[in-house]
Amino acid sequence: MTGLDELYREVILDHYRNPRKQGTLSGEHVHAEGSNPSCGDEFFLDVAVTDGVVTDAAMRGQGCSISQASGSMMMDIIVGRTVEDVRDLTHKFKLMMSIEEGDNPVDPERPGSVLGDLEALQGVRKFPVRIKCADLPWATLTDALDQTTA
Amino acid sequence: MTDLRALRADFPILEREVNGHQLVYLDSAATTQKPQSVLDAMDDYYRFHNANVHRGAHTLAVEATEMYEGARAKVAGFIGAETDQLVFTRGTTTALNYIAYGWGLNHLKAGDKILVTVMEHHANLVPWQLISRYTGAELVYLELNDDLTVDVSSLDQILTDDIAIIAFSGMSNVTGALGPIDVLTDAARSVGAISVLDGAQLVPHTPVDVTELGVDFLAFSAHKMLGPTGIGALWGRAERLEEMEPTEGGGEMINTVDRHSSTWAPVPHKFEAGTPPIAEAVGFGAAVDYLDAVGMDVIAAHEGELTAIALERLSEIPDLTIYGPKDITKRGGAVSFELGDVHPHDIATILDQDGIAVRAGHHCAKPLMKYLNIPATARASFYLYNVPEEVDALVESLHKARKLFGLT
Ligand SMILES: Cc1ncc(COP(=O)(O)O)c(C=O)c1O
Repeated sequence: MTGLDELYREVILDHYRNPRKQGTLSGEHVHAEGSNPSCGDEFFLDVAVTDGVVTDAAMRGQGCSISQASGSMMMDIIVGRTVEDVRDLTHKFKLMMSIEEGDNPVDPERPGSVLGDLEALQGVRKFPVRIKCADLPWATLTDALDQTTA
Repeated sequence: MTDLRALRADFPILEREVNGHQLVYLDSAATTQKPQSVLDAMDDYYRFHNANVHRGAHTLAVEATEMYEGARAKVAGFIGAETDQLVFTRGTTTALNYIAYGWGLNHLKAGDKILVTVMEHHANLVPWQLISRYTGAELVYLELNDDLTVDVSSLDQILTDDIAIIAFSGMSNVTGALGPIDVLTDAARSVGAISVLDGAQLVPHTPVDVTELGVDFLAFSAHKMLGPTGIGALWGRAERLEEMEPTEGGGEMINTVDRHSSTWAPVPHKFEAGTPPIAEAVGFGAAVDYLDAVGMDVIAAHEGELTAIALERLSEIPDLTIYGPKDITKRGGAVSFELGDVHPHDIATILDQDGIAVRAGHHCAKPLMKYLNIPATARASFYLYNVPEEVDALVESLHKARKLFGLT
């Protein structure tokens, strides 16, 4: 596969074109906004947390295929998990994208076993300027979760 | 086609490869590449003449001063100006800020209006927003026509005596649309306002003679016209520069300094506080020498032909939307476009894999993006060293982007 084929996997384009959980939450929730001012990508996130569990989430915003797909995949994976679990996922995601120092937690023998669809974003690592696109929803998520524990 | 192909050999960077392909540089609206003569001039200055300017009696100081002031004469000559009406600044942005603070602060009052256009670069918006905050002046906008040129049809209603400044771009860095320079300078004069021309995209691409323009101030950047970063120019009519206060104080810009007050050096030096960018000025001088030798008429003709080819070839690509005038007489060589739902950043990444440099984003023109109701565009922009084959490469790579995103 060329770098570009690896970057623009089918599953990424699917999430880009059909992003999950678009919109806003109406019940009690926390809200966070993230943006990459240099490129104009924006990400708005509502997260509902009850008893330490993410019960629902909704996203809005606009941006490139990588930031939107990363956000959409994030929505798929976080709902129903404990905040602790979600923080651990965020850590693993950042390791996978080499945003944090440490070994890539993804198991090449069992694709999808650690981070699900999100593992398709590994191709982004070959395009260092785009890593911040993939990270935007996760940085916003961390902001949101920090409000729940504050 | 005006064939400037031989000039490519003067630009060392054009030989390099990017991602296994020969570089196709289509981002000159952001910054241009530099010819060997500019690199050599700066190198020669540092190797053989380096000294601080203006204060020294030693040989190197005299040579450095002559080179710095010589560069001023060249850049002034390039726009048909008197040498002492040309102020070196850090670039267009700094020049526009100098006008806003140096002229605006001591001339504007609450209720005054500053007229700008929706297509302005942030550099020609944010300084006016700041000055409005300090003075109570109000920022008002001219909207755009369908072809994204500035709509001056409502000018009669907008033009009142409380308009104090009309600030506008000679050419949009996003759409390529040329600004209505004559209309707006006349309008300014008719209500006693001053006119400020953002020439960042105009001066590099078109012959400009300030004696024919009628504007009060003109700002431009060296790095967009083959010169180095870190230097640009502010030109102003003599009486306007006299009316203007220095925005920065320090060495070089004074006449005398007492404990509690100072008097200023004459224009232009009163606006050049501190040690100036000397090597950059020398490089700027070499850049306008280069442009003069090629001829701005020739450059403008070449870019016009190349832009016409690009507009035609791009409009043949399915799903591609061009944002800007189609009429080549109303525009320059910055071509913004969208390709279906392929986000501009994705376009730029895909093109980069083929060694093609284009810019993606809001291009520091967020009010324009909002007006167009889009978050970003991809932009290809041309200069004297570009050739039609590079348009071919662009088109081919855009087809690749369509395929990768499954557009049919
Ligand atoms: C139309 C326009 N105005 C102003 C500027 C600012 O120029 P600089 O960044 O060199 O100060 C630019 C550069 O992008 C421009 O295109």
